[in-house]
Amino acid sequence: MKTQILHGGLTLTLIAAFTTCSWAQTLPTVQLKNMAGEAISTGDLVTAGSPTLICFWATWCSPCKRELNNYAELYEDWQDETGVRIVAVSIDDQRSIRRVAPYVNSVLWDYDVLLDPNKDFARAMQVVNVPHTFLVNGEGEIVWQHNNYSDGDEEEVYEQLLKWAE
Amino acid sequence: MGRMNFRAAVFAVLLSPVIVFGQGPEREAGSVSGNLQMLWQSYSEDALIGAIVPPEKSGFNAFGNLIYQQGGFSAGMRYESYLNAVLGFPGRFKGSGIGYRYARYADPSGKIDFTLGNFYEQFGSGMILRSYEERALGIDNALDGVRLIIRPIEGIEMKALYGRQRLDFDSRLINGPGIVRAVDGTIDMNGLFANRGGYDWKTKISLGASFVSKFQEGGTISKDSLILLLPENIGAWSYRLDLQRSGWSAGLEYSGKVNDPNADNGYTYRNGEALLFNLGYTRRGLGFSFNAKTVDNMSFRSDRNVLLFDLPINYIPAITQQHTYNLAATLYPYATVISGESSASAELFYNIPKGSLIGGKYGTTVSMNFAAANGLDTTQLSGEDELVYGYERNSWGFGPSKFVRDFNVQISRKVSKKFKWKYTYYNLEFNTLATPVTTTFKGIVYADIHVLETQIRTRKRQSLRTEFQALFTEQDKGDWATVLAEYTWSPHWFLSVVDQYNFGNSNSNSRVHYLFGAVGRIDGPHRLSIGYGKRREGIFCIGGVCRAVPASNGFEVNFTSSF
Repeated sequence: MKTQILHGGLTLTLIAAFTTCSWAQTLPTVQLKNMAGEAISTGDLVTAGSPTLICFWATWCSPCKRELNNYAELYEDWQDETGVRIVAVSIDDQRSIRRVAPYVNSVLWDYDVLLDPNKDFARAMQVVNVPHTFLVNGEGEIVWQHNNYSDGDEEEVYEQLLKWAE
Repeated sequence: MGRMNFRAAVFAVLLSPVIVFGQGPEREAGSVSGNLQMLWQSYSEDALIGAIVPPEKSGFNAFGNLIYQQGGFSAGMRYESYLNAVLGFPGRFKGSGIGYRYARYADPSGKIDFTLGNFYEQFGSGMILRSYEERALGIDNALDGVRLIIRPIEGIEMKALYGRQRLDFDSRLINGPGIVRAVDGTIDMNGLFANRGGYDWKTKISLGASFVSKFQEGGTISKDSLILLLPENIGAWSYRLDLQRSGWSAGLEYSGKVNDPNADNGYTYRNGEALLFNLGYTRRGLGFSFNAKTVDNMSFRSDRNVLLFDLPINYIPAITQQHTYNLAATLYPYATVISGESSASAELFYNIPKGSLIGGKYGTTVSMNFAAANGLDTTQLSGEDELVYGYERNSWGFGPSKFVRDFNVQISRKVSKKFKWKYTYYNLEFNTLATPVTTTFKGIVYADIHVLETQIRTRKRQSLRTEFQALFTEQDKGDWATVLAEYTWSPHWFLSVVDQYNFGNSNSNSRVHYLFGAVGRIDGPHRLSIGYGKRREGIFCIGGVCRAVPASNGFEVNFTSSF
């Protein structure tokens, strides 16, 4: 009897929780480190009023590097026009995490680079495989995402940035 | 009934934050996110490549994750299906059910974070504790229990956990027999002394220490005339120091473990030890790193009787680079020899500036990597000591037995807006006795690999990428070539064809083409691909982890989506 009451109560709670919830994914808060070893909370990544592009990548992922190398050439223009900030989240684990900073410097990226070696942030963002790119608006809501990279995808990213820049 | 009551009570506790936070004055809307992955493969027989057909004729894996989040509270689960598992996955994974579930509260201030149920965790470099997943490889040693993370003041983080580890899946999660108990502390000196100028110190200093203990019921084993007691509680510890100063970084970690007779070390009673060192320098356009690592008897599992991917508590990655091109990545990938090895690697990245004579219009990136691993420098004990302790280590340095040498250099250059190329050369010496990746050769494989990748933008939003790879060796299966062509129509379509050809096999009947074609469509976070062809027997790696997959022949359909 007790069990039934509990189960009934739980079911109602769940229904209540799910009916009041929104289906727009918001940026989860996870504690990560940047390349300088400083603690960064992902909740602080969003600049109010400006879009943020969050790109999951790894040093062993060729399409990820193609994507971020191609964006790098356009980043200055994108920043001027849309105020976008690009955050490159590396999911390199302990095997390759020491390669991240030297690689980033050798390809001259100006992104904020975060390290997610045990995929805590990737898991919270529902990333299945890399590259996976998210566009977050100035309110911290994920408004667009793309799971793949082909040459030319930056044109779609640019269109989305223009759409969401205020 | 008692069991049901208990379950209901546990669920009530798990879900209570929903109720509590739902009633708070500043009620925050909850959100739901999820993802889905499905993989279907059909199998046809192909005696030439050794492809077999299981009785069910096809394999099907699916995973769906769901996370509910409201403020600092989140709860999530993963539903898994193996009907039956695709070839190459642990074949014992069966049925459908929930393989992972948790409830978590992480205070937005970051000060308190606790989890009930399943969780993934890594202490420091993972040398004595790392639970993680590589879903596409079927690797998952998630802990199931309770974890508490406290950050009481800025610069200090403490973690404590209790749990058992995921071992198997049979319509539900099945944990291993051992209990894992662990604590970890990290001090970020710059944060801790922030009010005394710590943030501004030129040197960033971080200190950490961990202790992990496992419990498994004991018993005795007999070796010749000896009857030995198996220890039930086994502790491991680790100390680490990380320093960073204006482009330089250095790290040192030492770990130890008390005697832990297990299947990996032949049930010997030797203590385990590991030492890690790294040094790096980087500035814009340049990066250099050096790593050295010696691990001695550091296999650490929550069941002393299992091997390979089952129930590891710690993670010891390979010293070699994770290669991306197919011949370099899948024929002879090195894995740490878990019983013990000494290893070192050095790497250089350099950007030849654009506009310079050699750099060209867009600049040229060059990287070089060298990695080496040998067996430990040891002396075998004799008599009873050998039975109980095995050997004695003489130094942290390299022993006489060569495990791997891996040198590679890569040049990457953009010629024009429409054309890029990348050339990579690898020189490999690979001991297949240390890392048994092949059954056809025992000894050292000497291989040279050349890879040329080109990318041409053919039209607006269309591009053609090709890879020409060749591997030359006198040993094992001889020479290989791979040709890959991939055409993409951004942002929705791709078409790819890859052929691997074992043209140098000494047995002319085994000079087989492995042709595989795939077409796919991407729509934002949804991705569908359909492929057909032959898949070579080999090692499939993602990140730092690899698993052997058997040869197969047939269709493959892949779908992933997230919301």
